Amino acid sequence: MSESKLPVATIPALRFAFDRSLVIAFSCIILMLLGGALYSREFLSPEYLLQQLQISAFLGIIASGAMMVILIGHIDLSIPWTVTLGAMMATAVAGWFGETGNLLAIPVGVFCGAMVGLLNGLGVAYLRLPSMIFTLGMNAVVQGLMVLHTGGFAPQDHATDAMHFLAVGRPVFGIPNALLIWVVVGALTIFLLTRTAFGRRVYAVGNREAAAYLSGVNTNAVIIWCFVLSGAAAAFAGVLLAGYSTKAYQAMGDPYLLPAIAAVVLGGTNILGGRGNYLGTIAGVILITLLQSILAVMQMPEAGRQIIYGVVILAMLLAYGRGDIDRK
Amino acid sequence: MSDAAPILEMKHVSKRYGGIAALNEVDFVAYPGEIHAVLGENGAGKSTLIKIAAGVTDPSDGEVFVDGRRVNFRNPTEAMAAGVVCVFQELSLLPDLTVADNLSIVSPPLRGGLIDSAGQRQRARELLASIGCEDVHPLELVRDLPLSRRQMVEIAKALGKKPKLLILDEATSALTAADVERVYAIIRKLRSEGVGILYVSHRMHEIEALADVATVFRNGRRIETFRKGERSVSAIVQMMIGRELTHHYPDKPAPKPAEPVALSAKNLSWGAQLRDISLDIRKGEIVGLGGLDGQGQRSLLLALFGVLKGVSGTVEIVGKPHRLSGPRSAMRASLPLALIPEDRKTEGLMLPMNIRDNISLASLSRFQKGLRLDGGKEHSAVERIIDSLKIKISDLAAAVSTLSGGNQQKVVLAKWLMTDPGIILLNDPTRGIDVGTKQEVYQLLRDLADKGVAVLFYSTDYAELIGCCDRVLVMYNGSIARELEGQHLNERTIIETALNVDDKEQAA
Amino acid sequence: MNDLRHRIHHNGGLLAAIGLFIVMFIIYVSNHPVGLTAAVATTASNKAVLLALVAMAQTLPVLTRGLDLSVGMVFILANCLASVLVVGTIGEGFLGIAIVLGAGALAGFINGAIIVWGRLQPIITTLATGAVYYGIALYVRPGPGGDVQSDIADFATGQLFGVIPTALVVLLAIVLIVWLPYRNSVLGRAAYAVGSNEQAAYMSGVPVQRAKLLAYTLAGFLAAIGGLMLTFNTYSGEASAPIAGTYTLNSIAAVVIGGTSLFGGWGSAIGSIFGAFVLRTIEDLLFVFDLDPLWQPLFQGVVLLAAVSLGALRVLRIRNRLELFA
Repeated sequence: MSESKLPVATIPALRFAFDRSLVIAFSCIILMLLGGALYSREFLSPEYLLQQLQISAFLGIIASGAMMVILIGHIDLSIPWTVTLGAMMATAVAGWFGETGNLLAIPVGVFCGAMVGLLNGLGVAYLRLPSMIFTLGMNAVVQGLMVLHTGGFAPQDHATDAMHFLAVGRPVFGIPNALLIWVVVGALTIFLLTRTAFGRRVYAVGNREAAAYLSGVNTNAVIIWCFVLSGAAAAFAGVLLAGYSTKAYQAMGDPYLLPAIAAVVLGGTNILGGRGNYLGTIAGVILITLLQSILAVMQMPEAGRQIIYGVVILAMLLAYGRGDIDRK
Repeated sequence: MSDAAPILEMKHVSKRYGGIAALNEVDFVAYPGEIHAVLGENGAGKSTLIKIAAGVTDPSDGEVFVDGRRVNFRNPTEAMAAGVVCVFQELSLLPDLTVADNLSIVSPPLRGGLIDSAGQRQRARELLASIGCEDVHPLELVRDLPLSRRQMVEIAKALGKKPKLLILDEATSALTAADVERVYAIIRKLRSEGVGILYVSHRMHEIEALADVATVFRNGRRIETFRKGERSVSAIVQMMIGRELTHHYPDKPAPKPAEPVALSAKNLSWGAQLRDISLDIRKGEIVGLGGLDGQGQRSLLLALFGVLKGVSGTVEIVGKPHRLSGPRSAMRASLPLALIPEDRKTEGLMLPMNIRDNISLASLSRFQKGLRLDGGKEHSAVERIIDSLKIKISDLAAAVSTLSGGNQQKVVLAKWLMTDPGIILLNDPTRGIDVGTKQEVYQLLRDLADKGVAVLFYSTDYAELIGCCDRVLVMYNGSIARELEGQHLNERTIIETALNVDDKEQAA
Repeated sequence: MNDLRHRIHHNGGLLAAIGLFIVMFIIYVSNHPVGLTAAVATTASNKAVLLALVAMAQTLPVLTRGLDLSVGMVFILANCLASVLVVGTIGEGFLGIAIVLGAGALAGFINGAIIVWGRLQPIITTLATGAVYYGIALYVRPGPGGDVQSDIADFATGQLFGVIPTALVVLLAIVLIVWLPYRNSVLGRAAYAVGSNEQAAYMSGVPVQRAKLLAYTLAGFLAAIGGLMLTFNTYSGEASAPIAGTYTLNSIAAVVIGGTSLFGGWGSAIGSIFGAFVLRTIEDLLFVFDLDPLWQPLFQGVVLLAAVSLGALRVLRIRNRLELFA
């Protein structure tokens, strides 16, 4: 067996790598829609597309936060229970405080998520623990808290009208509110990443934290803020999900961890940090949502869905990577 | 010896990365029993030549022969099997493994198909003894060794492979003077045993001391091959840079009336590495830090920049107390500090990020307009500094990794000059960069000093300290052994102090 | 003596994990209503060995500075396969075992192949293959059920000579037959080399690709042994995503507690075994101290977080802030 050469000159090609993964991702989206259209013409109807975008909005919001953390070279594995936490705290606050509670529900839900993010950030930045393991521990702690919360206090679990409205309402030209919210969250993320000093520092920390530190970047603050944003985004998505399904329930965030990370990575963001743009994440989110939807429409059994899901992610990533090797 | 068959022969070898030729139609021959110096600026093609010989990369065109046999190495393992062994500048040791493991990493002594750890330790002890490194225990982890010991282990590792052609790429850059002598002795012994040696170094005096033959490269081409003594040093430098050099170092200004003290440190101590260090640097002054490598110079610079925890003593900046709490507070001092770090690739730059992002990183806050970055203002500031430092780039949006070593170092300098520092700390900034850029760095430092900037300049190259600095502080074992100035500032006194030889003689 | 000092220095993490386990186990046994009987020991070890095996599996990729997020899925896949294949006579049972182990090794090899030749990041690769392996497990066993060759199962979960839990003997045998030879083989050491500094390893002529392939393949193999042992305990198979997820996560925690660096190049599978034992003993302690079940998940989470936070002590010793970013 021969050992092949180390990649020597992949770096100059980076800017094209973004484009390449974007092109592949968007081509796959179109192919899926066309393939779906062969199966049923419904796939190209505006109603179906809007519905898909509405569903992808939840994943999109979670992925926006996950992307911030991945860009600094870390990972947030506490997303599942942060989503659930956001949903449960929002509904519980609504139950406890009546009218005021209804107003407070959404901010409190998001705030709780931000607090989880803060703890994650503190652990990763100041204790210098690997994010993979620390956020995993936080996930277990939040899970424990929620088990205690629901079991011990039997809080309200149904969503407020406002949450329901934000998640499923369509007051503007029939465009789902959830989609509009994702557009706003996405626009803010793009602004943050490309137009602010903070965004520049995020990429700097993700590329080489020591060099960023020596250049006077407060790397700990950057790390903490990214985790706070991730926690807040996950909890906000939880609030909306509770509105969508009208209630908060145990483990409701579990199905979102892998799709969120997969969406970010399929969008061309380097899992080791430092490289990636939000347009790719949008493509990744839509791609994953469509894939799930098509498999559901085809009434594929769960076993087949899992296999196809995994194989598609691998195949796409291999296709991205193959490009790098070709160019060398 | 030249009548022997060549150990390494390259015919019309070229190597292209993208459209750029790193090596262009090169013919090169090295014979057994000869020390062959390979000279050239960074980017001249030396490292590409070495990488091809050592199997790290393959040529785009041309033929390579080792020991008369046509070869096409696919990886370093195959090159080693053919007897070509390389000691790389970037150390190839494995930090988490023991010295014994490292020395026998490829073909360890086996017993019953498994690694014979006792045999391996014995082998390590022998190899270490052969280069005079008995002080290194075979079970010590490489990451616990100082850089100079690591480099010796690296050399021991290469010797253990019984090379027919040994390539040393800047292999002595971190060694102490005594170790360098030992390495020279080993190299000469190998020569007498008929081993061919390729020796790459930026230090002219090393070349003079060792080489039988030298080849100069420039812009990917072989310029000339000549035997020892056939060319003068200035002629060689001329070949390397391809342009006339009038001065090696900028003129030092005549002694000026005393400027105010910019930075004053009193009784700085940090573990065993810094002992009771006091120093003053005046505005407009270039103060050198000398001494053998690893005597605390690097720690001193890091301590002044606030990177080290638990430093005792006080620091004042223009008379005001300064707390050593980190780069950010250093940059906010009344005379802002800047540090050009030791390793530009891991501490100075974000290699995959573009040139603009790297240069503006330390001064982003000044381009902030509300929440937003003012892209236009940033762009013009970056362009201005690139012009003034003459950084050769094709595109601001190109990754820094595409630049040559010298230009990368200029990007680091540009980043810090953009912060308008009042005090600049430099940690061996010219290590591994080409002659031309070195000259520019010297001139830049002098220009800054003329503008009133205080400079603290650590260099492993004595000639550089003598040529550039107004004063030199020589460190030994964590403290400042002696301050040299005026006519006392010469190679002899620096070396004497660095080696801490006989105090009485100095006093006399 | 000097040698000894170095050896202790090299194995600090392992010794700490063993110490922690001994302390916790003494607390557990001294508070257990029955005390340390063969039956109590067997039950405890049957459970602990499952995680120990998965944690050993996780150690190998981690040493190469990788990660295998599919170990839990391979563990479950082996469980489901075993509930179909390890049936019938003892002979047929052993044939089934061989097939299950082969499938585990194949799953690991596929991970390694994608990482080595496809050049994808281990995290994302094993996330994706994990989904595939789970899908296959679900295909093999859509609902919980199945059976297992009961003679083999009873033997593997019983006691040797009426005292020693067989599961522990199996674990010891794996350490002796698989881990120690691996650790002292050229490719095993190459795995450490790759984790320590991949570029330097390549430059030194270390077989980087083969080392990674073997590490992931062995990981799949060890996870499959874990899945087999699970089947022998439960006499059935179940394609449960939560169980798979829990084992994957706990395996990482066990690796960390066992003193292996998540940054590669440093640690040992023996440490991970004790890390797994520590985690299991925590659960058992909750049981003997009769904690309100409602509080148990929170308590477990806090203990897990606290255990991994011990790693932060390193920060206190760092005096050069640049080392924080290594």
